[in-house]
Amino acid sequence: MNELMRRLLFLPEQASTFAHDVDNLHYFVITVTMVSSLAVGLTAIAFFWKYRRRHENQATPFVAPTALFEVLAISVPLFFFLVWFAIGFRDFVKLSSPPPEAMDVYVQGKQWMWKFAYPEGPNSIGVLHVPANRPVRLLITSRDVIHSVFVPAFRVKMDALPGRYTETWFTATKPGRYQILCTEYCGAQHSKMWGEVVVMAPEVFDEWIKEQQRGLVTRQDVLADETSQVTQQGSLAQWGKHVAVAQGCMRCHNVDSREPATGPSWVDLYQQHTKLADGREIIADEAYLTESMMEPNVKVVAGYQEVMPNYQGKLSGPEAAAIVEFIKSLRSDRTVQAVGGEE
Amino acid sequence: MTAEGWLEPPPLPHHYETIENHQAALRFGMWLFLGTEVLLFAGIFVGYFVFRTYFPESFEQAGRHLSLFLGTLNTFLLLTSSLTVALAHHNAEHGKNRNAFWLLMASVAMGAGFLCIKAIEYTEKFHEGALPGKFFSFSEITAPGGPVFYVVYFFSTGLHALHVIVGMSLLTWVATRCWRKEFSPTYYAPVENAGLYWHLVDLVWIFLYPLLYLV
Amino acid sequence: MTAPVTTTAAVPPSGAEFPKKSYLNDGTTIRSWLLTHDHKRIALLYLVGTTIGLFLGGVFAMVIRLELLTPGPTIIEALTYNRMFTLHGLIMIFMFMIPAIPGVFGNFFLPIMLGAKDVAFPKWNLTSFYVYLAGASLMLWGLITGGADTGWTFYTPYSTTTATNITPVMLGVFIIGFSSILTGLNFIVTIHTLRAPGVTWFKMPLFVWAIYATSIIQVLATPVLGLTTLLVAAEHTFGFGFFDPARGGDPILFQHLFWFYSHPAVYIMVLPAMGVISEVICAVARKNIFGYKMIAMSSLGIAFVGFFAWGHHLFTSGQSAFDAGAFAAISMLVGVFTAIKVFNWVGTLYKGAIAFTAPFAYICGFLFFLVFGGMTGVALATVSLDVHWQDTYFVVAHFHFIMVGAVIMGFLAALHYWFPKMFGRKYPEAWGLLAAGLIVLGFNATFIPQFLLGNAGMPRRYYEYPDRFAALNVASTAGASLLAFGFIIIAIYLAIALTHGEVAGRNPWGSRGYEWDVPSPPPTENFDTVPVFTRGPHEYQDVPEELSKVGHAI
Repeated sequence: MNELMRRLLFLPEQASTFAHDVDNLHYFVITVTMVSSLAVGLTAIAFFWKYRRRHENQATPFVAPTALFEVLAISVPLFFFLVWFAIGFRDFVKLSSPPPEAMDVYVQGKQWMWKFAYPEGPNSIGVLHVPANRPVRLLITSRDVIHSVFVPAFRVKMDALPGRYTETWFTATKPGRYQILCTEYCGAQHSKMWGEVVVMAPEVFDEWIKEQQRGLVTRQDVLADETSQVTQQGSLAQWGKHVAVAQGCMRCHNVDSREPATGPSWVDLYQQHTKLADGREIIADEAYLTESMMEPNVKVVAGYQEVMPNYQGKLSGPEAAAIVEFIKSLRSDRTVQAVGGEE
Repeated sequence: MTAEGWLEPPPLPHHYETIENHQAALRFGMWLFLGTEVLLFAGIFVGYFVFRTYFPESFEQAGRHLSLFLGTLNTFLLLTSSLTVALAHHNAEHGKNRNAFWLLMASVAMGAGFLCIKAIEYTEKFHEGALPGKFFSFSEITAPGGPVFYVVYFFSTGLHALHVIVGMSLLTWVATRCWRKEFSPTYYAPVENAGLYWHLVDLVWIFLYPLLYLV
Repeated sequence: MTAPVTTTAAVPPSGAEFPKKSYLNDGTTIRSWLLTHDHKRIALLYLVGTTIGLFLGGVFAMVIRLELLTPGPTIIEALTYNRMFTLHGLIMIFMFMIPAIPGVFGNFFLPIMLGAKDVAFPKWNLTSFYVYLAGASLMLWGLITGGADTGWTFYTPYSTTTATNITPVMLGVFIIGFSSILTGLNFIVTIHTLRAPGVTWFKMPLFVWAIYATSIIQVLATPVLGLTTLLVAAEHTFGFGFFDPARGGDPILFQHLFWFYSHPAVYIMVLPAMGVISEVICAVARKNIFGYKMIAMSSLGIAFVGFFAWGHHLFTSGQSAFDAGAFAAISMLVGVFTAIKVFNWVGTLYKGAIAFTAPFAYICGFLFFLVFGGMTGVALATVSLDVHWQDTYFVVAHFHFIMVGAVIMGFLAALHYWFPKMFGRKYPEAWGLLAAGLIVLGFNATFIPQFLLGNAGMPRRYYEYPDRFAALNVASTAGASLLAFGFIIIAIYLAIALTHGEVAGRNPWGSRGYEWDVPSPPPTENFDTVPVFTRGPHEYQDVPEELSKVGHAI
């Protein structure tokens, strides 16, 4: 029955626990919709046949609805609508309350790609690896305009808003590969902003993530092209650290304490409210951090000299992004875990 | 010109049966229009409250930085001008067109005064760099959200100033008609409607003033 | 004041004569048309304006459907495609659907239905048309030169940062909003002050009730849209940052302000169509309306509840579950009010004497589209289901069922039903039925596949799509061609009927609507003296039809 309805309605396969709940309600709603539209249509046709005009100047009796009709006309639809509302709301509350044991994945949309980051693991572009049968919470944000993460097979969708995080969660049920689509119009390549969820059996996933963490250092050289839709295996933050060392950033910026040096410390810098020399106050977000590498003297932090060299042309886009990710990983509460690997 | 010293009212439009009905239609239309104006400003007020909850500190700092003296002076000017407009309405209703003319001109003058003071305030803001969005470069507001306050400030007071200008034009127009002695106890709807519009302009300021300057 | 004259006339005298003097030939210069204060001529000006809108919007819709014929690029590039759907949406909504029924049929019939000679403020009525024209021209100019690519929803921060020039488009929308406010205000005042003796509130034709509810929404919601468009235009031009998180602004605030107007705007479009159906169904079934008060009050109910349902557009924008639940529950009520209307329309057919004519064919189409579109609307308001459907083709299909299916059916029903009254001539019934059949079929063929596309997960505003969506897209494009064909047929036979149609006579339908008491086409003044209506507008129990006590010359 479920399979028949699903195919009739062209629904994608059901690959999450949520998909089953949604589809059952969907069948209920759509069946009532079909039956009632058909009933209205057939009644109209039947009336048309029975009461077709037989001669010009035909008179008709005055008919007004009875009180019972009025009550039924209001209460029957209202009853169905409220039942649907109750079921739908219950499921929605479930969707808005991720279980505490859920595994977190950070999702960042930008024109026009998806980036996934595991708190203590690798980053990847375009492909999200998750274990089957374990709840996964997505913490979603955007770097530019509004996007929306949509996995049809999971019946899950959530907007990616710039400047704030939204969350949603799912428990995938079947290992396999499922498409991710962007559903909030975001510009020229909106229709190409695709990604993929790879659902793995839990044991396989555990293997995979260990493998990723082991292989971080050796695989950094393949990370060069951030824009490719190829899976990025390895942590951007890790790579960023290497770039930072190579460029000599640490000569002026502390990364192991919040002490200021020639330049401000990077620890806890991300999302910090920072006062500038010209009196403005900004939030040190990705945009600011990138700008500070490319045009360091436009927004100098109050109390520091304009001595930082300009890295425009010295750092590629992906390298700058990697350094930003590295800075983001430097948090005084868990600096050590985030940077994990060897120097 | 009739014996009482005012012109015959313009002929009743052909689709109205009585002059009362026509006046009622004009009045009702104006009230509806004022309703749309209230909703136009309601959007701004929603924005104000949303951003005030996001950035209470900078809104407080920026509010303190506005000149309370100039704001209060402006409030006084607008309230007084509303009074003279109400008096003009009363005079026109009794056919005292000349009195109504002078009262309306006084209101227009106070409106102009309001705009001049507003211009002084704006100039000061421009010099300080207390400006909206990307133009913001004001050092005395340290908390985040300063640029947003000035978007709200300039957008709301700017839109209000535009309404003051429209209101002044309307008042000038009915004042010239007063000068020509067009209004009488049976026909004074234009004075009433222009007056209603001016009261709305006043009312909006009555909400803007405490929200921007006092809170 | 009132001169009750009792005249009786049998139902349509065959071989009726075309009246010598009517509003059509009272002044024949172009100037007498362009500067007219006559509500009927202004209605025809709107008819020209909105028809151009419908044509342009339709052409762009066909371009979109052709592009989507294949999964990859087909005839245009991505940026052109994005501009096309923006053009299509903006033109259809602001140039056609919002002004169409109120501007054309509201202007023409509302005063006659109230027994008035004109609307309350004829000059403002003409102003409103020119404001509409100015706004539409600015918007079109902006769309052609700047080429906004934001979609008609203008979501920030995309709209405030896009490289295309959206400012003239936003200002055009703002100006059209003014026109909408003026029209609505005019109608409300007319209904309050210019009802003829006998036309009490509950003897007003249901079309008037529907226009009344519509006007209330226009007057109350449009200012908020005006403000929002101004803010977005200012932000795009000057970088204000009101809606831009990078400068401390809030993009979700935009969505709230935008949908506070744009959700009720859906009812600005569909309520007049519902009013048309209430009128037409009585005439074709020659039967009193079943549950007059229920239908009249449910219009007001929709107008009221419609103001508190906007949040259902934001279910996946990170809204709290509580807010989502509240908005969902309120949205359900719109469904209840609509259901009341549907039951009462079907009840009207009961024991009637139904003539199978083009207007009836459009009523059948309307009922189907409204019930199916409305029920899928309730399905969308069911929060958990919306998560899957939000921003997919399911939503596109749903709102096209309501905003195009139902509204176009209402528009075409009105055009066919009132064509004899407006122009004094009949349209060819056989062609009318053929075109109606084509349009209803074509419409279903276009949009039912889109419901299924939405189920399958195809997001809206997609220039390219994965291959698995291809078959349904081909079906949809095929249906759209059928639809276009139907419209072309209508345009041709109505154009011919305008001058060569059979003379209609005063009341070819045998309708009891007040507007059928005046000659077709009506004289400039509608009525010589104030009419007195002694019967309701939807009463058919007595035979033969008896004219109201109207002081007009037949």
